[in-house]
Amino acid sequence: MVQELLFYIFATLTVISGVSVISARNSITSALSLIATLGAVAALFALLDAHFIATIQILVYAGAIMVLFVFVIMLLNLEPEAVQGLRLTPGKALAAGVAAAGTVLLLWKFVGVKGAFPAIGEDYGTMEAVAEALFIQYLIPFEAVSLLLTAAVVGAVVIGKREL
Amino acid sequence: MVSISHYLMLSAILFSLGVAGVLIRRNAIIVLMCVELMLNAVNLSFVALARKWGELDGHVVVFFVMAVAAAEAAVGLALVIALFRHKATINLEEANLLKG
Repeated sequence: MVQELLFYIFATLTVISGVSVISARNSITSALSLIATLGAVAALFALLDAHFIATIQILVYAGAIMVLFVFVIMLLNLEPEAVQGLRLTPGKALAAGVAAAGTVLLLWKFVGVKGAFPAIGEDYGTMEAVAEALFIQYLIPFEAVSLLLTAAVVGAVVIGKREL
Repeated sequence: MVSISHYLMLSAILFSLGVAGVLIRRNAIIVLMCVELMLNAVNLSFVALARKWGELDGHVVVFFVMAVAAAEAAVGLALVIALFRHKATINLEEANLLKG
């Protein structure tokens, strides 16, 4: 019962702040709404017994990535006229229609999916269990991701430099 | 009782919000944030399905997705800054140098 209530609370929060991300006139409002969305999704992860993932969602996403976004928004310091609001043109209306049709299709696919959640062991989703899978079974992909991150950092510095 | 179907539907709604944002908005930073929204929707379904099967592989994939999202955000925001430096705008409709 409590789980159900929490799910609906956080699901509602996720959707409301998600709508706010795409409809806000100001990009900083959008960024703050995205932080709320990420926090609510982290709570849903915790409800799904993914404790480690919930923690790094807060630390990495809401912490590191969103700070980067807010930093860039502050750095660019856009003029009021450069702030783009929502102006509905035929093209945008069509795009919104396509997105809505996609939602309906996905919902129609998912609505009847059966399957209650099975009972799981004590250590499911803990840092220890995830680390075991990560560093034994998925060691090579893990190293590849670290290479990717290094490349991304170097690339970001090169692109962001004043003169190339 | 909350089942896998609830989580998948929430994930679908969240993903579609991200798609709508990318298609509708012309502010480059907001478009990047909508991409993050889509990645989060997919993460949610990964975690829900991992819970359904009682396996941890989904969590590992989510971990990788987060790392790729961090890389994407870093490079994307560097591109936004480069765009702003050249055009003094981050409106994507004005970034049409490669348009034929």
